[in-house]
Amino acid sequence: MEFAELIKTPRADNVVLHRPFHPAVEGTLCLTGHHLIVSSRRQDNAEELWLLHSNIDSIEKRFVGSLGTIVIKCKDLRIIQLDIPGMEECLNIASSIEALSTLDSVTLMYPFFYRPMFEVLEDGWSSFLLEQEFELLSSVTNEWRLSCVNKEFSVCPSYPPVVIVPKCIDDEALRKVALFRQGGRFPVLSYYHKKNGMAMMRSSQPLTGTNGRRCKEDEKLINATLRSGRRGFVIDTRPLNVAQQARAKGGGFEQEVHYPQWRRIHKYIERFNILQESFIKLVEACNDQSHNMDRWLSKLEASNWLTHIKELLTAACLAAQCIDREGASVLVHGSEGTDSTLQVTSLAQIILDPRCRTIRGFEALVVREWLQAGHPFQQRCAQSAYSNSKQKWEAPVFLLFLECVWQIHRQFPCSFEFNEQFLILLFEHAYASQFGTFLGNNENERAKLKLPQKTMSLWSWVNRPEELSRFQNPLYEANSLVIWPSVAPQSLQLWEGVFLRWNRPSRFLEEAEEERINIIKYNKELQAKVNALRRQLAEMETDEEVQEE
Amino acid sequence: MEHIRMPKVENVRLLDRLSSRRAVVGTLYLTATHVIFVENGSETRKETWVLHSQISSIEKQATTATGCPLLIRCKNFQVIQLVIPQERDCHDVYISLIRLARPVKYEELYCFSFNPKLDKEEREQGWKLVDLNEEYNRMGVPNNYWQISDVNRDYGVCDSYPTEIYVPKSATAHIIVGSSKFRSRRRFPALSYYCKGNNASICRSSQPLSGFSARCLEDEQMLQAIRKANPGSDFLYVVDTRPKLNAMANRAAGKGYENEDNYSNIKFQFIGIENIHVMRNSLQKMLEVCELKSPSMSDFLWGLENSGWLKHIKAIMDAGIFIAKAVAEEGVSVLVHCSDGWDRTAQVCSVASLLLDPYYRTMKGFMVLIEKDWVSFGHKFNHRYGNLDGDPKEISPVIDQFIECVWQLMEQFPCAFEFNERFLIHIQHHIYSCQFGNFLCNSQKERRELKIKERTYSLWAHLWKNRADYLNPLYRSDHSQTQGTLHPQIAPCNFLYKFWSGMYNRFEKGLHPRQSVTDYLMAVKEETQQLEEELEVLQERLANLQKSQSGDNKVKSKQQDRSKQIGLYTSNNSLANTPQEYSNDLKSFPSRSPSQGDEEDSALILTQDNLKSSDPDLSANSDQESGVEDLSCRSPSGGGCLPSEDSGKDSDEAVFLAG
Repeated sequence: MEFAELIKTPRADNVVLHRPFHPAVEGTLCLTGHHLIVSSRRQDNAEELWLLHSNIDSIEKRFVGSLGTIVIKCKDLRIIQLDIPGMEECLNIASSIEALSTLDSVTLMYPFFYRPMFEVLEDGWSSFLLEQEFELLSSVTNEWRLSCVNKEFSVCPSYPPVVIVPKCIDDEALRKVALFRQGGRFPVLSYYHKKNGMAMMRSSQPLTGTNGRRCKEDEKLINATLRSGRRGFVIDTRPLNVAQQARAKGGGFEQEVHYPQWRRIHKYIERFNILQESFIKLVEACNDQSHNMDRWLSKLEASNWLTHIKELLTAACLAAQCIDREGASVLVHGSEGTDSTLQVTSLAQIILDPRCRTIRGFEALVVREWLQAGHPFQQRCAQSAYSNSKQKWEAPVFLLFLECVWQIHRQFPCSFEFNEQFLILLFEHAYASQFGTFLGNNENERAKLKLPQKTMSLWSWVNRPEELSRFQNPLYEANSLVIWPSVAPQSLQLWEGVFLRWNRPSRFLEEAEEERINIIKYNKELQAKVNALRRQLAEMETDEEVQEE
Repeated sequence: MEHIRMPKVENVRLLDRLSSRRAVVGTLYLTATHVIFVENGSETRKETWVLHSQISSIEKQATTATGCPLLIRCKNFQVIQLVIPQERDCHDVYISLIRLARPVKYEELYCFSFNPKLDKEEREQGWKLVDLNEEYNRMGVPNNYWQISDVNRDYGVCDSYPTEIYVPKSATAHIIVGSSKFRSRRRFPALSYYCKGNNASICRSSQPLSGFSARCLEDEQMLQAIRKANPGSDFLYVVDTRPKLNAMANRAAGKGYENEDNYSNIKFQFIGIENIHVMRNSLQKMLEVCELKSPSMSDFLWGLENSGWLKHIKAIMDAGIFIAKAVAEEGVSVLVHCSDGWDRTAQVCSVASLLLDPYYRTMKGFMVLIEKDWVSFGHKFNHRYGNLDGDPKEISPVIDQFIECVWQLMEQFPCAFEFNERFLIHIQHHIYSCQFGNFLCNSQKERRELKIKERTYSLWAHLWKNRADYLNPLYRSDHSQTQGTLHPQIAPCNFLYKFWSGMYNRFEKGLHPRQSVTDYLMAVKEETQQLEEELEVLQERLANLQKSQSGDNKVKSKQQDRSKQIGLYTSNNSLANTPQEYSNDLKSFPSRSPSQGDEEDSALILTQDNLKSSDPDLSANSDQESGVEDLSCRSPSGGGCLPSEDSGKDSDEAVFLAG
């Protein structure tokens, strides 16, 4: 398909661009296959806006006389307005944007056309291989093995080709267990707590059905993670009644009779459509320009967003507590094991594992616990908070995870190597990107699309030193401890950096961040100078002593 | 002392509000000035000190099998839950505290017995730190338009006003006196802030006694004089900070508001800030929300909304923004009043001044601002904050709201203020503590009669001495945010008004961020300063060495071994980093390794629990073990010896041993 067919008016002059907290800009609008570009022609204040079509969530058009106005609402929650003279031009542009921002085929997306202008120092597609992860694990324990049972994606289509499982469980058993778990998602290792050797596993629900089907291999698999005489915890992210109802549809949960060493805890985490609604309501509240405080607070409350944050954080803390404080192994699952399960296992690692609080470690966590673990990014992030269409697969599952990380970051501002901007970056790229990283729903699809060969990885770009420096937290001091966040309502705040990002004047907060960076930078420079001088002096003094002798 | 029926009770349990499992046993002491709880246990002996003047309510609850619970709520938002084994002891403590918490004479207040061991001269110097004459000169008055009037020199015209007052030059004594007779409590229009740049001013007064139709020529002349003192503008804003309905109701009582027809060239404007009773109830409701045991997010947000607290904060801020805009952007003078002109008027004038003038955003300037708009203009500290036993209906968190407005602004403009959150919290604490004389009584006249300056100490000197603890590390006097007027946003989605847990859940440290960016950056800056000094010494040595190889001029560096790194600032604070009760399900499951882990997790850097040494907590609720020892290395200004509070405790200790 040629994009040109979709672009009837590729260019319009005298277009006025309106953005909150920016003066209006007059310029030329250009449409390309993947971008909407507005460039002002004023010499003194040349400005360009480049917007990916895939970032556009919805557009509205209206007319006053022959002056058309297009309001564009983006997936990163920004809203811009374009005044376009000429009714026909405006209609053409609007319909082009509509068509270009809702392309069906993945292979037409920008990552397949993007040609990077930077030199690739390290190919991000191979930066985070499970094999490397396993090597690290092998240095502390030999209870686990790498299994290639899924190398053709035949055992579990949403799992990566290699997974880490207990050493004593062979591939044959894994195949049987896969048949006993929804979507073939048999229990695999998510995290190994070096401090006490406890493990966190994740899976999907067991297919016990109404007649209490059991699977000996499944029992053996998860029991393999237990120390003798010790119990483990199953954290089910559904309330008990939902888990019970699931049996009617062939699903279910681990029953005490068959899993006597396991204690089940139900921690309810909301599912996708509820989350999507909550997201939409919250963003609506954040765009309400009313001056009424009651209205703002009641809308914030009615969105339930912070309730979801609190529930999710609580569940993650509980999982971490079981592992670190109770010294027990944990299995986490909900139904499919691709959403709330991953939220819990990845957040628990942020709490437990200092490595996940470094930039590199956090990237590895996102790759391991989200991308390779088969979170369906393409489905979940197809639309954002402004979408009108009622498709049922969208949900801000990953955004909720990022916000929870932000909440913990806010409580431990010196314990993370990355800053808030890094989290925002991941949010943006999950929804619209020039990189192929978040395309597809699992490794299987990514392999079929040949993403590593045909697109650039986000990590290839972001891990270049010049980019990385923008995402470093100047306050970072490695903290090797477990960090327990407070989940009290008083301790949780709205994530302004995402939700009020386009609605607040950012200058003062940016200046504050700059100031923080400068304070630390100056300190480090002085430190270096003093050290150099000390060395120089020491040398001179010894020279002198030698001379004196 | 005669009120203490029970000086000491043993085996009292102090409950942790957040976690019922955390309770400590200790001994409770009642002294003339404090309630003290000393934990049993030979090692830590943690002490909790509460000033009687901080107690806002005491509640004796139904006796249970374990004893008789006593709930003490404090004005600095501390809530203390004790369980006393014997009902009779509990009753005695209760009766004693009821009396001790409600002194009837000023002389009973702590500031008259508090002795920071300063000599007379130091005390006098302390009182001179904030000088309002100097402040008016700084603003640029007297000048061609404004002069100082001595019409109130013996408090003859208005007993709640100061003796020295700035009025327009053209306002004669006759006009002033005439106008004062037409204003509630005779609080006539007087200068609060003068804007040097454009001659616009903020004046303040009480409501006019206009009733339905009364007029007063002198009052009209007074307003005209204010307008004319700003030659660049042809009208004057009159801002009534009350809701219109309240102002109209006042007309029936012979009071009311200015009729635009009677005053030439005024623009009249209502800004609906609710009265002290509404504010008192609102705070009460919000505190109930803060006290909820493990509330859900909805409970909390709904309760917060229902309390109306943030709405009221916003109303005050909006009024300040309106006035600052009129003065800075339109160049128009503003007369502000409410009913008596000592609550809402003080709030609004001081918020507007803060927005307009960067000086008030410095530490010294902020002290001046409170002294000017609150203390000197007769804000009724004694009545509002219940220092002496009085009418509970007079109590209202008026200055608390102003302090919160400042905090909300600090959140939006992180580099604009020289001081930090701790400074605000400590000022709030001392408004209620009565440890210093600054906020005693209801007016300047009463304070002079009591000879406050001769008999008590000034808070400002105390804060100034420890100013290193109150600095905002992000503040730079040459920063763009530091200059000129602040322009905050109005809509809640642009200016996010937040719940201030640092204040209202101040004593629940578990709810706060576990690492403080402010403390961290201050430590870095301190180290930077030491590095600068060392660099200088080193460069000197290098120069000397290079110049004369023979001259054996070895200036040994003060810090040859600089092992002191930021990362080493650790604290033993296991509470700060232990899990909360995330699930009830775990309770029934026996914890396998209760001892494991605590120590390892405790070495968190720069936690909030390690508040700086001059924290009133140290006298009020101190974790002295960690508080003092850790900090001595971090804060040279106040770490080594605790200034006044420490010595204050010495004097208490004597009492407490005698008792």
